[in-house]
Amino acid sequence: MKNTYIEKTHLYGKIWIWTAAVLILAVPLAICIVYDAWPGLTPVFIGLLGVAPIFWTVGTIEVVTFTPMLGTGGSYLGFVTGNLTSLKVPAALNAMESAKAKPNTEEGEVISTIAVATSSIVTTLIIAAGVFLLTQLSPVLNSPVLVPAFENILSSLFGGLAVVYVSKNWKIAVVPLVFMVTLFLLVPSLASSVGILVPVGSLITIGAARLLYKKGML
Amino acid sequence: MNFSPNSTFLYVLAVLVILFIIVQSLFFLVRAYRRAQNLGMDMRQIRKIIASTALFTIAPAFSILLGVISLSKFLGVPLPWIRLSVVGAITYETPAATSTATALGISLSETITDPKVYSAIAWVMTLGIMPSIVLVPILLRRIQNGLVKLNSKDSKWGDLFITSMFLGMIAAFLGLVFADIRSGLPGFIPIFVLLFSALLMAVCGLLIKKCHMNWLENFALPISMLGGMVFAVIITPLIVR
Repeated sequence: MKNTYIEKTHLYGKIWIWTAAVLILAVPLAICIVYDAWPGLTPVFIGLLGVAPIFWTVGTIEVVTFTPMLGTGGSYLGFVTGNLTSLKVPAALNAMESAKAKPNTEEGEVISTIAVATSSIVTTLIIAAGVFLLTQLSPVLNSPVLVPAFENILSSLFGGLAVVYVSKNWKIAVVPLVFMVTLFLLVPSLASSVGILVPVGSLITIGAARLLYKKGML
Repeated sequence: MNFSPNSTFLYVLAVLVILFIIVQSLFFLVRAYRRAQNLGMDMRQIRKIIASTALFTIAPAFSILLGVISLSKFLGVPLPWIRLSVVGAITYETPAATSTATALGISLSETITDPKVYSAIAWVMTLGIMPSIVLVPILLRRIQNGLVKLNSKDSKWGDLFITSMFLGMIAAFLGLVFADIRSGLPGFIPIFVLLFSALLMAVCGLLIKKCHMNWLENFALPISMLGGMVFAVIITPLIVR
C-alpha cells in the first residue's frame, strides 16, 4: 500500500517547487519590464557560457546525490532554499542521527523535513534581519578578527560531522578518505570543484563498501 | 521608472520572494511536525531537534549574510538578498555576476547603474541555478524508486549504500581541508580547526556516554562547529603574522 503522507508530500512538493521556479524566473522578467531594460540574448548567452557548464553539472549532480539523504519533503524544500552542502544536508543528517532515525523511513523523512524547514526559516530570517541592519552589522561581520571564523566554517562543520560518521563506519571510510586527501594534496586547484568531487567520493565509497560487504567484513 | 539597484521596487520584489520562502518552509514544517505527532514520535525530542538545528544554522546564516554584503557593493542589496535566500550560494552568484559583467565589458568595482547590465546579470544568476529546481520534481521519484528496489532486495546493503553516500560527501570535504598545505604553516590552519572541531565532538560523545549528559546529544554539532570557528579566530593571528 502506498504511504499517503509521502504521496501527498510529492504532490504538495511539486506544486511548491514549480511555483518557486515561476517566481524565481519572474524576478529578472519583472526587472526587464519595469525598467524597460531588455539585455538581449547575446550578453545573457555569453554570461551563461562562463558559468552554466559548471553550475548545471553541479546542480544535476547535487539532485542525484542529495535527494536520497534529504528525503521527499526535505528535497522539495531544500533545493528551493539552497546552501545544501554547508547547511541543509548536514542539518538533516545531524537531526536524523540525534533522533536515531534512518533515511528512507517515514521517521527519517519527517525529521529531515523538520530540520531543513527549521534551517531555511532561521537562515531567511537572519538574512532579512541582517539586510535591515546592514549599516550596523556590516563593519562587525567584515571585521578582520572574524575573517578566519568564516573562512574555516567548512572545516569546523565537517570536523564534527566526521567524528560521528567516520567513527561508526571507519572500515568504509578509509578508502575515500585516503583517496580525497591524496587527490587534494596532488591537485590543490581542485578545491574550486569540490561540488563535482562529492559524487566521485560517493561512488568510491559505494565501491569500497560493496567489496567489504561481499567479503563479509561489514 | 528610474533605475537604482536599491530601488523600492526591487526591495518589494525581494520581500515577496522572502515571504514565499518562509511560507513554504512553515508549510513543510507544520506538516512534518503533525505527522510526527500522528506517528507517536517523541515530541520532546522533535522540539530539541528544532532548537539544535536553529542553533546550528546561525553561524552559516551569518556567513551567507556576509555574501549578501559583499555582492551588495556592486549589485545593491535586493538582488543578492533574493539570490542568496533562494537556491543560490555565494560560490555561484559571484562567478555568475563576474562572467556577465566581463561579457559586457563592465567592471564590478563599483555599483551598477545601467539597468540592462543589471538585468543581464539577474538573468544569468537565475538561469544558472534552474536545473537544481527543475530536476527535483522530474527525478526525485525515480531516484527514490531505485532506492526502494535496492532496499527490498537487500536491506542491509540498502542502508550501507546510503551511509556510503554520506561518507563520500564527508570524505570530499575532509580532503578539501588539505588543499592548501603546500603554502606552509598558514595552509595547515583548516586542518587544525578540523581537528579541534573533531576533538570537541569526541569530548561531547564521551560526556554523553560516560556522564549520561544526554541533552548534549542534540547540541554536539553546533558546539563543535562554533568551537572550531572560535579556535580559528584564536590561532590564525598566532600563525599568520
